[in-house]
Amino acid sequence: MTKFAIGQTVHRLEDPTLLQGQGCYTDDLRPQGAGHAFVLRSPHAHAIIRGIDTRAAQAAPGVIAVLTGKDAKADDLGYLPCIVPVKNHDGTPRGDTPRPVLAFDRVRHVGDPVALVVAATYHAARDAAELIDVDYEPLPAVADVFAAAQPGAPQVWPGISNNIVADLHMGSKDATDAAFARAAHVVKIELIQNRLVANPMEPRAAFAEYDPATDRSTLHTSSQSVAMLRAHIGDIVLKIGDKLRVRSGNVGGAFGMKAMQHPEQPMIVWASRRLKRAVRWTSDRSEGFLTDVQGRDHKVFAELALDRGGRFLAVRATVYAGMGAYLSQFAPMIPQSVHSMMPSVYAFEAAHLHLIEVTTNTVPVDAYRGAGRPEGIYVTERLIDIAARQLGIAPDELRRRNFIKLSQLPYKTAAGLVYDSGDFEGLQAKALKEADWDGFPARRAASESRGKLRGIGLTMYVERCGGAAPPDSVAIKVNRDRVTVLPGTVDNGQGHTTVLKQMVSEYLGVDMEKIDVSQGDSDANPFGLTGGSRFAVVTGTAASIASNEVIDKGMEQAAKMLEAAAADIEYRDGDYKVKGTDRRTTLFDVAGAAGGLEALHIKNTGALTFPNGCHIAEVEIDPQTGVTTIERYTIVDDFGRALNPMLLLGQVHGGTVQGIGQALFEHAVYDNDSAQLLTGSFMDYAMPRADDVPSFNTSFHHTPCVTNPLGVKGAGEAGSVGAPPAIINAIVDVLYAKKGITHIDMPATREKVWRALNS
Amino acid sequence: MYAFKYQRARTLADAAAVLGKDGDAKVLAGGQSLVAAMKLRLAQPSALVDLGGIGELQQIKVEGGAVTIGAMTTHAAVAASAEVKKAIPALAALAGGIGDRQVRNVGTIGGSIANNDPAADYPAGCLGLGATIATNKRKISSDTFFKGLYETALETGEIITTVSFQVPRRAAYIKFKNQASRFAIVGVFVADFGPSVRVAVTGAGPGVFRIAEMEKALAAKFAPDAVAGISVPAEGLNSDLHAQADYRAHLITVLSRRAVEAALG
Repeated sequence: MTKFAIGQTVHRLEDPTLLQGQGCYTDDLRPQGAGHAFVLRSPHAHAIIRGIDTRAAQAAPGVIAVLTGKDAKADDLGYLPCIVPVKNHDGTPRGDTPRPVLAFDRVRHVGDPVALVVAATYHAARDAAELIDVDYEPLPAVADVFAAAQPGAPQVWPGISNNIVADLHMGSKDATDAAFARAAHVVKIELIQNRLVANPMEPRAAFAEYDPATDRSTLHTSSQSVAMLRAHIGDIVLKIGDKLRVRSGNVGGAFGMKAMQHPEQPMIVWASRRLKRAVRWTSDRSEGFLTDVQGRDHKVFAELALDRGGRFLAVRATVYAGMGAYLSQFAPMIPQSVHSMMPSVYAFEAAHLHLIEVTTNTVPVDAYRGAGRPEGIYVTERLIDIAARQLGIAPDELRRRNFIKLSQLPYKTAAGLVYDSGDFEGLQAKALKEADWDGFPARRAASESRGKLRGIGLTMYVERCGGAAPPDSVAIKVNRDRVTVLPGTVDNGQGHTTVLKQMVSEYLGVDMEKIDVSQGDSDANPFGLTGGSRFAVVTGTAASIASNEVIDKGMEQAAKMLEAAAADIEYRDGDYKVKGTDRRTTLFDVAGAAGGLEALHIKNTGALTFPNGCHIAEVEIDPQTGVTTIERYTIVDDFGRALNPMLLLGQVHGGTVQGIGQALFEHAVYDNDSAQLLTGSFMDYAMPRADDVPSFNTSFHHTPCVTNPLGVKGAGEAGSVGAPPAIINAIVDVLYAKKGITHIDMPATREKVWRALNS
Repeated sequence: MYAFKYQRARTLADAAAVLGKDGDAKVLAGGQSLVAAMKLRLAQPSALVDLGGIGELQQIKVEGGAVTIGAMTTHAAVAASAEVKKAIPALAALAGGIGDRQVRNVGTIGGSIANNDPAADYPAGCLGLGATIATNKRKISSDTFFKGLYETALETGEIITTVSFQVPRRAAYIKFKNQASRFAIVGVFVADFGPSVRVAVTGAGPGVFRIAEMEKALAAKFAPDAVAGISVPAEGLNSDLHAQADYRAHLITVLSRRAVEAALG
């Protein structure tokens, strides 16, 4: 046995390096002679560019180059791709929103890039940018997703009527309508999914080097996928194919946002190739607010149909999903998950989504931790809470009546997903016990005696991870004394290196100390993406198969060395062994003799996994101020199997805090008329902080996943799915008791709660 | 940030001389607001005159029923001062609640009140405690020092040297923080001087202000109930993304009552 196998709490191997400031982020790459870039951005949410005069900037001290959209067009740069095709319900393809590297004739959101200045220093570039004279003709702008879809709203794109870029139906409308027609009870809700800013600690950055000898460019950039960026930027935007290599070093948080190509990445490579010198750019925090793809932004109308006995029949929703000014990489796909998640862990007959995707004069929206799953679960779990009150059934009992039962697995949901595993009733029971659900009335009374109002909120969640696209890959190389693992994924803080070493240590029977992990180089591994909580499932499985391929490749060499037939050799604990004898040789000796062993596994099974769980939040509200504090928070998760319990809980905590941020604090607010971002800094955009959250009571109720050999389900986004409905259900528990109010929109700020209590 | 000249003054006279010659020069007294504004290119001083090297501006003295704090004393130093904690614990607590640890280790009392941010804490402490602000030219009462949004009675070239606080019988400061910035949405400083009481409010309006009706009620009876029924009109209060004026007005009453409670211990 190896010392640190799968399932053990191994402390993060990354931490000594990162915590001592020895990590290497993109901005740490500062070779002498590199040009420093500054991007001039639109101050208008919508305007025609009548002309750009760069003469004064070109002549400013230290300036190397000033480039505009005209130059990009002259160089025949392609548009940043949205890779998701969508068919409207009438059979036509979705609208297109070609996004140039630099705005050419029109700007469509505040922060849209209009010119690039490269200079000897950052300050010289920024000073010069102030000398650029852009002649704008401002146009009416629209920021609100629902308002934008109404007739007469300002048009973001000339060819896209009412700003509706896609209009589609998912699930059976007829079956759903029929279920509603015979329902004894129908519960309705109108809600928003508040728009969020990802705000990773490390801002986006791009640094491009050019090698004249090979005519190749290397883009160093903080990302979740060097492979995808290489393909999109190299093949589609710059049209230089493999002349582009993309690398990522340490990444300080990404949350989905850094999976997406942004204009500055191809812009910096393009500038570097034109100038035949290195060029570097790092976003500042203000730019991050104005340009990093944002999350959520839905306006939702939803209904739940129940029979007389409180059995769920069907759920339906009309969702207006904000896409921002341009369709980002995956954007139109993200809200589609609302449909697949709406049935959640319940035995619905039917589920129908009418999805209307809308462009607005705002920063593009794309995947943000959870990416469509929080949006879907929130709709259903809010509806269930309202139904429980309307029908006078306890919220846990109403859920219990409707769970998909163990005996029904595998179960095809009303949205067509097939759940392989999950004990929802047992998991909820465990959570109720952990939360001391039955003791709540006494705690509520104790709070009231102190002048405080106490509420409790329960939610179940399920999410969907794994999947075939894009393919993920792991390469494993063994020489005479080391194993090197090259995953296609990029660690953003999760601890991939630690867990990969644990996994490969077990697969090959080699101590972790002899294993190296090398990631973030598109030359070394051409596939892979960190995202969708798929590392454990997809990369873990690929690492397992690649390990077996390496072992197999060593068989013949081992047979030669042990003077036996390959069929008589078995592999165990890092040794090739002649069966039934003590004759053995090590993996490293075999690799050394064979001149190295290597395998690259690319395909994955494509199987989906369904992490699920229960969150129970207990809040106390100060009725005089509206301040909500979270007094108790219980989480029970089913992740199939824990690869490293400590890192797993880190994921749960982080996701839950982000979900609490969405529920209570975070909101990207745009001015309705000017479409200016009003919460453009940490002075106005409230992030969750350590003192905003309690110590979490966490436990597991694992049921192994049967669709992958590891039995794992994925955990990265789970907390962000469970927390918003748990928190809002808890707050509404108070608002309903005091005022009969059945819903409050996120973020449930102090003022909003105070107003609800004093309405 | 735009380019600027940096000068470290050895004496007050040095600093005053530079400021007298260059109208676009600014005092650097911690820089926790100014440098941030410069980084965003919202401020463009020609020169910064750093007062950090003038030792006499960093002393804390308690004598004759007053606490006198040098203008360049950091928030952390005031918060940690045994003398301040003993004489006016509410003032030490106020200083200890400003910004975050990094801000408190660099930001100074003189810098804070000269800047007069409408949501800053020290203006409430100064007005609530009836402080006297001494400059290189004169002494100014806190009642006339604060002139509204980022404006003070300071003249060009005038530099704050000390701030003197009367020691009250009891006092307390309660802050309702902006969830994002942690500045005061509303902050109320209540100080009981025996026959008279002062109530000063920051964050709620365009500048720090007193509430005469509450002061009168508390002078008659220093108890939470005395102010619980006194409401402040919302008109003229700040109204923004973080709090509408009526919510701020409501919070003033709630926090005033809580401040009295806290002062009574």
